[in-house]
Amino acid sequence: MNYHVDEKGYYGDFGGAYIPEMLYPNVEELRSKYLEIMYEEEFQKEFNQLLKDYVGRPSPLYFAKRLSEKHGTQIYLKREDLNHTGAHKINNTIGQILVAQRLGKHRIIAETGAGQHGVATATVCALVGLKCIVYMGEIDIKRQAPNVARMKMLGAEVRPAMSGSKTLKDATNEAIRDWINNPVDTHYIIGSAIGPHPYPDMVTRFQSVISEEIKWQLKEKLGKENPDYVVACVGGGSNAAGTYYHFLDEPEVGIISVEAAGKGINTGKSAATSKLGRDGVIHGCKTLLMQTEDGQITEPYSISAGLDYPGVGPMHAHLARTERAEFISVTDDDAMQAGLELSKLEGIIPAIETSHALAIFDQKKFKKDDVVVICLSGRGDKDLNNYIEYFDL
Amino acid sequence: MNRINKKLSEGKKLLSIYFTAGYPNLNDTASIIKQLENSGVDMIEIGLPFSDPLADGPTIQESSTAALHNGMTTKKLFEQLEGIRDTVSIPLIIMGYFNPMMQYGVEAFCAKCQELGIDGLILPDLPVAEYDLHYRKTFEKYGLVNVFLITPQTSEERIRFIDEVSDGFIYMVSSASVTGSTSGFGNTQEDYFKRIESMNLNNPQIVGFGINNAETFVQATKTAKGAIIGSAFIKMLTKEGKQGIDAFVKSIR
Repeated sequence: MNYHVDEKGYYGDFGGAYIPEMLYPNVEELRSKYLEIMYEEEFQKEFNQLLKDYVGRPSPLYFAKRLSEKHGTQIYLKREDLNHTGAHKINNTIGQILVAQRLGKHRIIAETGAGQHGVATATVCALVGLKCIVYMGEIDIKRQAPNVARMKMLGAEVRPAMSGSKTLKDATNEAIRDWINNPVDTHYIIGSAIGPHPYPDMVTRFQSVISEEIKWQLKEKLGKENPDYVVACVGGGSNAAGTYYHFLDEPEVGIISVEAAGKGINTGKSAATSKLGRDGVIHGCKTLLMQTEDGQITEPYSISAGLDYPGVGPMHAHLARTERAEFISVTDDDAMQAGLELSKLEGIIPAIETSHALAIFDQKKFKKDDVVVICLSGRGDKDLNNYIEYFDL
Repeated sequence: MNRINKKLSEGKKLLSIYFTAGYPNLNDTASIIKQLENSGVDMIEIGLPFSDPLADGPTIQESSTAALHNGMTTKKLFEQLEGIRDTVSIPLIIMGYFNPMMQYGVEAFCAKCQELGIDGLILPDLPVAEYDLHYRKTFEKYGLVNVFLITPQTSEERIRFIDEVSDGFIYMVSSASVTGSTSGFGNTQEDYFKRIESMNLNNPQIVGFGINNAETFVQATKTAKGAIIGSAFIKMLTKEGKQGIDAFVKSIR
């Protein structure tokens, strides 16, 4: 079974480039050049240097002793939360800004939900001195004021998406419309492993540094490269794609993808796409998609603003269909408790997205000597208000 | 011969109107189509509304949202079009995004179109490559003309390719924009229109995006076979309702 993108841009049944002709020249330019650009020696040198000196990589692989004792297995946390800007998102924006420069683009657009990808994009635009416009749902702008302020400090313009449900999917629509209106000088930095080919593959490759490091870090610590399981939360699925990448073709490594069940899968307030979605087309790719019977895209719900996307990256749809990955859904309540548990046991306050991945132990039992690597995709600073409200702190 | 090809072979410049099905009222579809034909329109694009119309500007977005709110669905639209061919003879095209069609079932959708007398489809987010790979045979089986878009940024090589795979007309997007966002054509468009004319394509071109009155209609059809008006028509419907249709069409030519 092939878990990587094929030459037509598909992961099994999913992927492709379902884009209006107006976007064709830009997407085609990217498709024909991205691999060549990414693997140039000069590019790799600059990318790796920035990951090291600016992002602070490699991120530690931390053996969580007390958490392991509690759950009776060997838990390692891949500390993407310690990256500059506080999450894995920057791995991709560093890569894409270097691609944009090589394509001669001087205007950058991005979409953001909770604001993490917006901040990571604004950051790299400041780093190289490019104009940055971030689309963000009007409702999210109100919910995530500190990240809006960060983007502004970094010199980005934050434009509210006023259409539809005024959240992430609409911000993405607005970014796509901007790209249609500015077809020559603009690069669109998509933040997740979604969108038309080659975006899912490009984002996955930039994030694959996560699993590349896990391999040598485990080798150093345990004398073997492969864990028994890799675990990550999945919204669009960029941290998960990066965490799995170098293990996809290692059948002895189990893959566990954790979705947001919201209030519960059957409550109508959920974002568990693998359970609730059907094959459909959103934002340029064929994937699993939450929608009405009539094919209108529905608004998902999760307490975590980074997981409430109605689709999932096409690679993850393929991993679900082929059952290469086991999908587990975690409710708001279980995620919040897991976030608190990690804080108390290990002194690490995780992002609420990540808390979902930490909440699988009631549903999935591991053996005592299983090595379970969980991607700690982001830190919880941005979620303090949610935690305060939820736990009445 | 398909009604579209027949219409294209007539000597005159064609005026085509786009409207969103289910807007302003859920059951306006058939009466808007009839009124448009009576007013002298040559061809109609019936918009199947979608929740996330990413190639459309605010006017068509809002009309789509309103139509969905009114209860429009693919099934509903097909019900409304039952018997439309008893009274209407001009070409009818369904224009929409691919996902609702996919959920209805591509083959079932095409079969239904043929049964109802729909002549063609315009699906902006189903580009040539995906169409070729998965759906061409089905469209052809049911005699549907699939219309592809070109833009000022489309390379000559790709225009030739699209011309080769098209069998009807080419939808020529006037400028790099979403629908409804430009007013008037400048030198860029003039050059683009001339460039396309000089390519002597097999398929006639119909210009869309940015046509909103008699002046832009004349400019667009100087070299092209016809022009499509969408957002401007919907704005008129919002303001004046269906009784404004005849005057609107007559104001264009």
